[in-house]
Amino acid sequence: MDYFQIILVTLEATIRLSVPLIFAALAGLYSERSGVFDIGLEGKMLAAAFAGGAAAAVYGSAFIGLAAAILISVALAMVHAFASITQRGNQIVSGVAINFIALGSTVILGQAWFQQGGRTPQLGEGSRFEAIRLPLTDTLEDVPVIGPIYENLISEHFLLTYLAFALVPFTWWVLYRTRFGLRLRAVGENPGAVDTAGISVTQMRYLGVLCCGILCGFAGAYLSMAVAAGFVKGMTAGKGFIALAALIFAKWKPVNVMLACLLFGFLDALAILLQGQELPVVGEVPVQFMQALPYVLTVILLAGFIGKAIPPKAGGQPYVKER
Amino acid sequence: MKRTLLSILAMAAMSATALAADIKPAIIYDLGGKFDKSFNESAYNGAEKFKADTGIEYRDFEIQNDAQREQALRKFARDGNNPIVMAGFSWAAALEKVAAEHPDTDFAIIDMVVDLPNVRSIVYKEQEGSYLVGVMAAKASESGTVSFIGGMDIPLIRKFACGYAGGVKATNPDATVLEAMTGTTPDAWNDPVKGGEIAKSQIAQGSDVVYAAAGGTGIGVLQAAADEGKLGIGVDSNQNGLQPGAVLTSMLKRVDVAVYNAFDDAKEGKFTYGFNVLGLAENGVDYAMDDNNAKLVDQDMRDAVEQAKADIIAGKISVHDYTSDENCPY
Repeated sequence: MDYFQIILVTLEATIRLSVPLIFAALAGLYSERSGVFDIGLEGKMLAAAFAGGAAAAVYGSAFIGLAAAILISVALAMVHAFASITQRGNQIVSGVAINFIALGSTVILGQAWFQQGGRTPQLGEGSRFEAIRLPLTDTLEDVPVIGPIYENLISEHFLLTYLAFALVPFTWWVLYRTRFGLRLRAVGENPGAVDTAGISVTQMRYLGVLCCGILCGFAGAYLSMAVAAGFVKGMTAGKGFIALAALIFAKWKPVNVMLACLLFGFLDALAILLQGQELPVVGEVPVQFMQALPYVLTVILLAGFIGKAIPPKAGGQPYVKER
Repeated sequence: MKRTLLSILAMAAMSATALAADIKPAIIYDLGGKFDKSFNESAYNGAEKFKADTGIEYRDFEIQNDAQREQALRKFARDGNNPIVMAGFSWAAALEKVAAEHPDTDFAIIDMVVDLPNVRSIVYKEQEGSYLVGVMAAKASESGTVSFIGGMDIPLIRKFACGYAGGVKATNPDATVLEAMTGTTPDAWNDPVKGGEIAKSQIAQGSDVVYAAAGGTGIGVLQAAADEGKLGIGVDSNQNGLQPGAVLTSMLKRVDVAVYNAFDDAKEGKFTYGFNVLGLAENGVDYAMDDNNAKLVDQDMRDAVEQAKADIIAGKISVHDYTSDENCPY
């Protein structure tokens, strides 16, 4: 296989691997920009993946599955919002609780409903998202360079993949060009000022967490209904935490979030590709090293190259109107 | 004095009833979980068959993390379960401790050797079964490139890979065998997304038959292979039905037979200890044929694999065991 093909395949895998990270990191962005830290991204994704897989298996429709995934994820987000906004509880504790609830309840419910050890049944055609072959793919197929690039990188992805990448500029626009975005950012930096202006801090934060719930629902649905066909226990495998790292890495900015997620996805894809291959000069790299590389690079980049990541000023603090 | 006598009598009575009662077999699964459609499920099927045949109830337990191993095992031993079967090599450390503490309880461990007087160690010649599916993979491959995906990177899984490569190379010396492991932690048994991603990467590199020995991760591998219109090969249990028509065969590892025999031997009072090595000759490993893959396997392939099987049993072919020298000559 020539180098061009190898690069294309790796980039294609990068896109597939970074989509759930982009959804989850953008979800975290809405919540954290409004001043509510969310360590429960992982749990919401997992619950959504389960709900999506289960509903799609029962009703045989990918879109019903997606709706169920979003519904469950939003419900969990609202629990988090109630605990940390209305009840002014500790946001980290609430997030951790959601992670544990999701981890345990998905397996128990899955076992009770489907008797497959916490898995949901395999999804057949129609009940999962299929890759979309964009028009022009066949026309461009024979064009050198552009044809394969179009076929591998742009066409032949899931609907949710396109949505994830569309959400990046959309989020930027919402955050920096709309009244809602201005208020959302303000409520995370200085809720007192927002309150003085006569805007409800509580309502703004609830909306931020609601957006977070919706996006986590997409992330979960992508895992169980697009890349895989069915839910398997613990299938998020830490992606929620990686997304959180990407969010911090990206300094809570939408375009940076996408780049950070693509970088993490690329390192993951590279680790898969380079396994057991002879490299020039160094020879065969041990599997363990390749698999540790994304994390090692993350630490190095975080420590030395991106400078200080400053979170929203009021993040993590419940807002109290008067003291 | 009277009280001591009474308590001795009571104890004697209790132990007498314990002897007269039926056995209380127990089985503990590994982290993949009881219904992983693979290794643990095979163990579960053996236990279920024993229950159906004899009517004797058994206890089972699925651990959730590594820290529970010793605790779970000790609890079963203390409750008087006998024999206790453990599915999985990871049990060795816990078993060494607990078996020494309970010298009167019979233990059996699958996939690992624990050298204690009350332990039966059951290991398989996975390389022989993998050799057979390797022969089939080489026959089925059109591109001349086939691949292997392992779960956690351990010598046992390398043993599968090595036998597979041996079978492929013996059938088609020019074939390329790609190899990859999902991870280096027990999470690697349960990561279908990553498994599918590795399969896609291998398929992009030309592979058209993907053999997965990766527990629950294998479900994602078989799915990805079917999505890409290529063939997968299942492992441990018969996984042909997971993606009907897209799974060439499954390397059967008869964990169920080992579990059944352990329970049955205990029932008959002839539980043996020490080393049990199950290969093709002992029906411990095999390849799976059923309606789901009948169309994929033509007569030529069937003849080749049957010939290889006969040759291995007759000793004409000796498949290299990776764990003997941590090296694969193929």
